[in-house]
Amino acid sequence: MKRSKLGPWLAIVIGAIYFLVPLIGTFEFSLRMRRGEYSFDAYRIVLGDPQFQATFAYSTCLALATILVGALLVVPTAYWIRLRLPGLRPVVEFITLLPLVIPAIVLVFGYLRIYNSSSWLPLTASDRATDLLLTFSYVTLALPYMYRAVDTGLRAIDVRTLTEAAESLGAGWPTILFRVIFPNVRVAVLSGAFLTFAIVIGEFTMASLLDRPAFGPYLQLIGANRAYEPSALAIIAFIVTWACMGLIQVFGRGARMAAETR
Amino acid sequence: MAFLEIKDLRKAFGPLSVVQNFELAVEGGEFVSFLGPSGCGKTTTLRMVAGFEQPSAGTIRINGRDVTGLRPNQRNVGMVFQSYALFPNMTVAENVGFGLKVARRPAAEIGARVEEMLRLIKLPTLAGRYPYQLSGGQQQRVALARALAIKPQVLLLDEPLSALDAKIRVALREEIRSVQRKLGITTIYVTHDQEEALSMSDRIVVMNEGRVEQIGTPFEIYNYPRTRFVASFVGTLNILRARVTDAGQRRIAIDGQEIVARRGLDGTASGELRAVALRPEAVSLSDPGGERNRLQGTIEDVSFLGSVVRIRVRFKENAISLDTFNNPGLAPPEPGREVTVTFAYDDVLVLEGEAS
Ligand SMILES: Nc1ncnc2c1ncn2[C@@H]1O[C@H](COP(=O)(O)OP(=O)(O)OP(=O)(O)O)[C@@H](O)[C@H]1O
Ligand SMILES: [Mg+2]
Repeated sequence: MKRSKLGPWLAIVIGAIYFLVPLIGTFEFSLRMRRGEYSFDAYRIVLGDPQFQATFAYSTCLALATILVGALLVVPTAYWIRLRLPGLRPVVEFITLLPLVIPAIVLVFGYLRIYNSSSWLPLTASDRATDLLLTFSYVTLALPYMYRAVDTGLRAIDVRTLTEAAESLGAGWPTILFRVIFPNVRVAVLSGAFLTFAIVIGEFTMASLLDRPAFGPYLQLIGANRAYEPSALAIIAFIVTWACMGLIQVFGRGARMAAETR
Repeated sequence: MAFLEIKDLRKAFGPLSVVQNFELAVEGGEFVSFLGPSGCGKTTTLRMVAGFEQPSAGTIRINGRDVTGLRPNQRNVGMVFQSYALFPNMTVAENVGFGLKVARRPAAEIGARVEEMLRLIKLPTLAGRYPYQLSGGQQQRVALARALAIKPQVLLLDEPLSALDAKIRVALREEIRSVQRKLGITTIYVTHDQEEALSMSDRIVVMNEGRVEQIGTPFEIYNYPRTRFVASFVGTLNILRARVTDAGQRRIAIDGQEIVARRGLDGTASGELRAVALRPEAVSLSDPGGERNRLQGTIEDVSFLGSVVRIRVRFKENAISLDTFNNPGLAPPEPGREVTVTFAYDDVLVLEGEAS
């Protein structure tokens, strides 16, 4: 009895060491800016840096736009596939997985070839247009997570019967989508949204190659030129990501509890 | 002209023909049930009336208007589903008011109508609850209110009670019927429960393998089934093989014993083999005398069902079941005894088609 419990604990301890030691090390290092004592100086400098604020705000805006576009693209698609084209589900699932398989750098070179300033759709010609292109590429990157989250959410409701009930009550497609389907997959869309946010905030390749002032390239710039600030930034990025994960848990639990009382 | 007219309706899924030559005329305010075994096309027919399924051929008219090509949201038809299908994100009041809100009615009108509907289904205090806070029976009543709130021309119900337990089923059955009478709404009710169909309907459409077997009042369907299928599906009929001995004198023979059959012998010739139906409750072990059919046989089996004792009597090839009331002062008869069973001339139903 005692011995059988030792194994799992050992695994947990090894796992914890594997994840926590670098984290604690980074955190400890980030506090060492002042010689001889621990301080939050590095954090103060980072948070006070106007470039940090600008890039973080930029990436946040882009993340929100990505979430909006992603949700408006994925929810109707996943809904339609479930309702009318269930045979296409494996195909669509495969397509949504492609961004995980194809490296971001390949994608972005593709974009640059298709949308360069001498092409028929010169999306890289102006900053605003490039922002648009960057948003769309983020939508692509977040597609696997968003699609899976929404599809799981749709599985929990009887899409077909709810649609038919709404139809027989006189509702058209926009009403069905926005009054019936969206509200019932809200939790799923939110968890997809937090994952999207975490991805966009840390993304480097696309923002860098499209030459936009995003948070990812800023992280890289600081990392290459400073000593203590990168560690502070890494910890901040961790906190943001973990906050997103935590929010998924909170909302997910709320949904589960509602489902259990059903 | 009838209020709801279905003409030569057909539906095929690929090579599979699911509904064939379906003809039905429903009067305004009538309650019609579709009754039949699983897979016979009841739901498919109902869904074509609702507009969820496009017919392969045929027309559907509601109140004189051809709706065959209209989308479901243009038909003004109320639908109640087996799985309730309430919108989980909306309260009871929002669910009931959904159709009116979609139609952009003023808020005051919606509020009044929702209240009226909730009073009609006797749940006036549950307006603020969410569907998951309701029992199955309550959810189905809300679904009924939601379908009725838009004042549909036709109400369609697809096995609305089959997910509920027996007691609520009977109570809700009566409630649906009384609401339907009160509003005078034309209704089609799909069920595979014959008791439900018999107790609720003005008329019953018995379906089998995509075809209409018989349309009639519950009384007609139960007492005078026209086909072997209807006879065996509705109630617990005895089906016997008989040979027509004298078509003119209306005489037939069952395992060599001759009897008189008053109904259904027109157009038959002597010597033909036909299926004959007899209700268990029409057959008696006692002989009141007079003009009656009499058959001699042996008791094969006796089963005690509580208030009723079901006795099986065998002739040769054929056997019948008959019901007698339980009498505490009298032990049920023993298997093996020779008996004579009697039944009226009118109770013999000669069915359509050759005996198999
Ligand atoms: N979308 C579809 N594609 C192919 N076949 C279908 C489809 N819908 C129904 N069918 C077939 O049509 C036949 C009739 O189905 P339907 O649902 O109308 O039966 P039902 O009488 O309502 O049965 P139940 O009492 O089990 O609900 C069945 O054999 C079914 O397999
Ligand atoms: Mg059905």
